Amino acid sequence: MDTIIRPTSRAPERGGPAQPLLLATGLRKHFPIPGGILGRATRVVRAVDDLTLSVAKGETLGVVGESGCGKSTVARLLIRLIKPDLGSVVLDGDPVEEPHGITVSELRRQVQMVFQDSYASLNPRLTIVETIAFAPRAHGLPATEAKDRARDLLAKVGLEPNTFAERYPHELSGGQRQRVNIARALALRPRLVILDEAVSALDKSVEAQVLNMLVDLKEELGLTYLFISHDLNVVQYLSDRVMVMYLGKIVEIGGVEAIYGNPQHPYTRALLSARPSMDPRKRTQEAPIQGDPPNPIDPPSGCRFRTRCPFAEDVCARLEPPLADAGPQAVACHMRVPGSGHSKAA
Amino acid sequence: MSNLLSVKDLHVTFRTPDRTVHAVNGVSFDVKRGETLGILGESGSGKSVTLRSILKLHPEHRTKWSGSITLEGDEILTMTGRDLANLRGNRVSMIFQEPATAFDPVFTIGQQISETVRRHTGKSHADSMKRAKELLELVRIPSPATRLNAYPHEMSGGMRQRAMIALALSCNPSLLLADEPTTALDATVQIQVLLLIRELQRELDLGVIFVTHDIGVAVEVSDRVGVMYAGKLVELASVEQMVDTPKHPYSRGLLASTVHDGMRGQRLEAIPGAPPDLAEVPAACSFAPRCKFVEPKCLASPPPLNSVGDSHLVRCVVAA
Amino acid sequence: MAIQSPSIDMTPGAAVMATPASASRGYWQSVRRRLRRDPVTVVCGVILLLIVLSALFAPWLGLPDPYKTSMIYRLKPIGTPRFLLGSDELGRDMLARLVYGGRLSLAMGVTPVVCALLIGGSLGITAGFLGGRVNMLIMRVMDVFYAFPSVLLAISLSGAMGAGASNTLLALTLVFIPPICRVSESVTTQVRGFDFVDAAKASGAGTLTVVRVHVLGNVLGPILVYATSLISVATILAAGLSFLGLGVKPPEPEWGLMLSTLRQAIYVNPVLAALPGVMIFITSLCFNLMSDGLRAAMDVKA
Repeated sequence: MDTIIRPTSRAPERGGPAQPLLLATGLRKHFPIPGGILGRATRVVRAVDDLTLSVAKGETLGVVGESGCGKSTVARLLIRLIKPDLGSVVLDGDPVEEPHGITVSELRRQVQMVFQDSYASLNPRLTIVETIAFAPRAHGLPATEAKDRARDLLAKVGLEPNTFAERYPHELSGGQRQRVNIARALALRPRLVILDEAVSALDKSVEAQVLNMLVDLKEELGLTYLFISHDLNVVQYLSDRVMVMYLGKIVEIGGVEAIYGNPQHPYTRALLSARPSMDPRKRTQEAPIQGDPPNPIDPPSGCRFRTRCPFAEDVCARLEPPLADAGPQAVACHMRVPGSGHSKAA
Repeated sequence: MSNLLSVKDLHVTFRTPDRTVHAVNGVSFDVKRGETLGILGESGSGKSVTLRSILKLHPEHRTKWSGSITLEGDEILTMTGRDLANLRGNRVSMIFQEPATAFDPVFTIGQQISETVRRHTGKSHADSMKRAKELLELVRIPSPATRLNAYPHEMSGGMRQRAMIALALSCNPSLLLADEPTTALDATVQIQVLLLIRELQRELDLGVIFVTHDIGVAVEVSDRVGVMYAGKLVELASVEQMVDTPKHPYSRGLLASTVHDGMRGQRLEAIPGAPPDLAEVPAACSFAPRCKFVEPKCLASPPPLNSVGDSHLVRCVVAA
Repeated sequence: MAIQSPSIDMTPGAAVMATPASASRGYWQSVRRRLRRDPVTVVCGVILLLIVLSALFAPWLGLPDPYKTSMIYRLKPIGTPRFLLGSDELGRDMLARLVYGGRLSLAMGVTPVVCALLIGGSLGITAGFLGGRVNMLIMRVMDVFYAFPSVLLAISLSGAMGAGASNTLLALTLVFIPPICRVSESVTTQVRGFDFVDAAKASGAGTLTVVRVHVLGNVLGPILVYATSLISVATILAAGLSFLGLGVKPPEPEWGLMLSTLRQAIYVNPVLAALPGVMIFITSLCFNLMSDGLRAAMDVKA
């Protein structure tokens, strides 16, 4: 069946398992803030700055960070909902929007996204089945086949098609709506699914249902996930590798055991110990760091975390730490760079 | 120690032309001075409605309350006019999830806090400003003197939340109601605010009711925890009992389905299904349709709240 | 890849999630249900329907000739035999003139709004969806028109182009383009911000498809409701222009013009002189109330 319907069959595996499914190099996005006379932008929000990441085939890459760290911007850059100022995206060896590369439309066929707000991400005027069938229809699948596929997907995400297909979003609960959003993202048979805070708005008991489902779908459909969340526990549960972001930069990236078991960057450590305790006898006694994350409009010079870092020294204000290998993970901290000038540097 | 607040068999019903919602169906609990009661529940469980009923914050013409809520012996549900204003201003304070809406954007933080102080104590302008500065110090806002002149939008989310706590404490309440005050905050800021509330509660000997959907947050702040489901308290116990030996199938499911350290690779024990519609008063156990231990007697009548040990109450006929 | 096979191990209870399905109600069905419960809107709709139908079928209602003058029967009061609603200053039957007058008056109220809806709506949706420079260009041009009060603009345009029905229509259309454009732009901008539009873009669909499927359906309702409320303004403005002699020319029956020519009779037969005004009042009130009712009924939040 797949071979017959070319426009919406899944793109074949290429380049072998070692080639990253998605490779983004030097991504940068600065949003101008309109102000002053004639709406001339005088300041910019440095949402994402020179960010390089790769997603391996079949893995789940978790992205964590607080508000304003640019994690949602990264998602939107990767799927080209916003255009990067600088940088390139390569999908399984094919550069996007470059000579000899693939088009944005082709990228979006293979990379899909699930949004946080399950209500705002469904068109209130369309029935569930219409919403899911929209993308295959837009890619040229005949209406009846698109509907059939939508109903199959509904069954796959645990919603009985006969009951739910003709319903409208406002007739569904939050968890059911998020299942529809996941079905919609799968309608084009993508290889990579970006989940942007996809379970954050759900109640805990429903969140567990959806997490279980995501695990099943990944295995069954051979998917690769980019899982963005502010919830460290959920990221730990689902991810193979974890990327920690702070003010538009990667501060630490590595395998989930390394990041959670032996965090190297002071920010990663603070984030991890800021998690509420689940044991009333071992309550948190002291907040790991003080203050709020600074505004990404004017990020601090040098290391962006230095204003909240208990180990900050002169060098941290002068120089931006490179993302360097430190054992099983990569860390952007002067304390991990030998000869950086930091007193704690090895 | 006597009870500061006592809620007995509280029912709250909302009526709109379209439908009726039985949001709270018989909730009873007590709060002592210097004690924090955490109320844990998912959306639609009635936890926020219960909390807001303590200040009668719902629109009078659409809301029907029954049962009793007494603060230091005074009945709240029958209060009106001046008594109610006195209750809201001087005896019970509330902090909300979204601090941005608690402040008027056109006045400075100092003006708004000192205004409240002046209204409640009749102090002079200078004295009330001084009190406002003390309050900002109390909530650990750095350089409080300059912060007095800041407008709400000039403060970060965490600072605004602290300022809102300062505003809530400005008239020395004996009871503080917290409605998910840390849900909108970042992780590193949330823990700061949680610790602050815990310290202030101890320092000022406050009674606190802390509503949250996050078990971790409830464990951090609470002495006792109540779990709500479909407008009823299904379990009420000390925080240790709740974490170690939860009895109600729903509490157990909630704890099991909350992802935390060391669950990687395991399948999560999700609670199947979704909470019930609250259009009718439940005639049986509301959790029965999702419960894996369900028995015929669960469907016969609404289960009572049974004691299963040292001040540990469970609304379940199978567990008790 | 076997995406078709529905048989997988679902999450526990996933199948239980299917709450018993009451027949699913579509959006327009729920709007209709809510409208039915709103007596004011229903009554207004019925009155408007009667006015429109009587205007449309005026020639077949067996009414006297609205142009036939009579020197003997001038300014007869209401209830005179053969003149159910009296007669005007030239002895023409008032009832016939009011019914026939509805044809022009309603046309003058509805036509410019429909034209302005087509032009202003497309401009506004374009500006709202594309944003950026296009938005800036379109909206600044509209702001220029906004600088003039609408009544003044209509009067000066009609004055410049000369009296007559077609010029009045043109003037009124021009007057209503900017407000409709502005409302369309703001509604579209709002809808464009929703994730479902991003999700549709991310599916790789073309811009026109996204606008057709995801934007139009969500913006047309509010724009139509707003346009309905403008019909009453247009009716009044058209009547005003006729009253000033800038609109329809006599002896055509038109409510504004009738009000103007009957004003000398206000001391002789005040009730008679007020009748065209009553028609204008009822029509515009009904349009206004109906648009309010529609707005309330179409506001789905529950």
